[in-house]
Amino acid sequence: MTLGLINANPVVHAKKERVARSEDPHGDDAVDPLEIYDYVRDIRDPEHPYSLEQLSVLSEESITVDEKLGRILITFTPTIQHCSMATVIGLCLRVKLMACFPPHFKVDIKVAPGSHADEESVNKQLNDKERVAAALENPNLRQLVDECLYSNEL
Amino acid sequence: MELLDGNLELKEIQNLQGHTDRVWSIAWNPATAAADVPAVFASCSGDKTVRIWEASPSTRSWDCKAVLEETHTRTVRSCAWSPSGKLLATASFDATTAIWENVGGDFECVSTLEGHENEVKSVSWNASGSLLATCGRDRTVWIWEVMPGNEFECIEVLQGHTQDVKMVQWHPTMDILFSCSYDNTVKVWWSEDAEGDWSCVQTLGESSNGHSSTIWSLAFNAKGDKLVTSSDDLTLKIWEADIVRMQSGDGYAPWNHLCTLSGYHDRTIFSVHWSREGIIASGAADDAIRLFVESKDGLMNGPSYQLLLKKEKAHDMDVNSVQWFPGEKRLLASGSDDGAIKIWELETLPG
Repeated sequence: MTLGLINANPVVHAKKERVARSEDPHGDDAVDPLEIYDYVRDIRDPEHPYSLEQLSVLSEESITVDEKLGRILITFTPTIQHCSMATVIGLCLRVKLMACFPPHFKVDIKVAPGSHADEESVNKQLNDKERVAAALENPNLRQLVDECLYSNEL
Repeated sequence: MELLDGNLELKEIQNLQGHTDRVWSIAWNPATAAADVPAVFASCSGDKTVRIWEASPSTRSWDCKAVLEETHTRTVRSCAWSPSGKLLATASFDATTAIWENVGGDFECVSTLEGHENEVKSVSWNASGSLLATCGRDRTVWIWEVMPGNEFECIEVLQGHTQDVKMVQWHPTMDILFSCSYDNTVKVWWSEDAEGDWSCVQTLGESSNGHSSTIWSLAFNAKGDKLVTSSDDLTLKIWEADIVRMQSGDGYAPWNHLCTLSGYHDRTIFSVHWSREGIIASGAADDAIRLFVESKDGLMNGPSYQLLLKKEKAHDMDVNSVQWFPGEKRLLASGSDDGAIKIWELETLPG
């Protein structure tokens, strides 16, 4: 762990009011971007005790779904341009979605255009399946990811 | 070529379950290509094991004969049989490469190659079985000499790639080594004389009409005068070299871009393999397997290639490996993120 926080003074936003969604009997097949957003909005930031939503790293507009092709694209905005936690956040998103969605959905994760100094390099790493697999076999990294995903349940 | 005349189908012969995590690679044992020998292949997985599968001659179906476990402590990423079929090398994220020998039906780990700083991603034997090559995320390519008594000595650590090296493959007839990488290039390594040092004699990068993203896999045609590469940039590229000139001892013959197959894949192509008859198979992240052949009327600018068939939903998830059976029968093995291995037969449809 780094001694100083990468971004010591993040801007924190109030949690958006949750809209109660009724059970949709035909909802099993349809994949709603808002449904996906509900799974990821509360993931905790790796550095700060706030959710990705509260830090505006994610918003409802972050998720796009192409149902026909079976693709999900998540775009997130790191809090600062040189955020070195970008790859960790990307990993958290991927792990969370792997657990929640049928495997035939292809998930692409990218940083919002212009939001990171090493945009291309971060995007490449986040979408290299082999690199992701190897990273998740690293116990320290895995533990950090698990903390971000499950801290709300502690 | 008669392949283009008929109606061809890739028929699923078998769906092999067993691995409890994604299947990364498959390798057919070359010594089992003969008609009267039961065909054998190895598969390796994220479940840290390697499985050996053998075809029962009577039923024409494969069974798992052995599970090689409790050796690698992380994902086993790649496996390769020695040309004699007696040894199996397995490369793992645990930074080691294990060498296994079939001792009366049981596979024993007879050697462990250490040295890579982190995940080893690929392993390959040269044509004569005298050399082994490995590569990994530490950006290096290692060459090992096979010594008597299952000893392996590292003779080179090749630096040059600027990123993670995904695969290494020896040329089918000559001692020329190829590596492909996350740095978007293919590098060719050669040693001019038997004693000499190995060095990078060519880099196939974007400026040589090369790929614009990670190159995951490369394969040679039977003759060894053509090479196909598959990439995250959604294309396959075919390259050629004047191998005859090189075989006659006339120095290094460079590889040149021949053609690019684009517009056929819309997700990363993880694996590519060339059959003895010249059919190129690709396995991609859209769960499909595609077959390509050289087209007859590509006379304008040299040979061109066309799609022979596309098998959609070949698996439920990404196809990580496609490997043609080295023998007579037109069989293809595929491995996937879904943990399954499928055996396919390329058949001509009646009528």
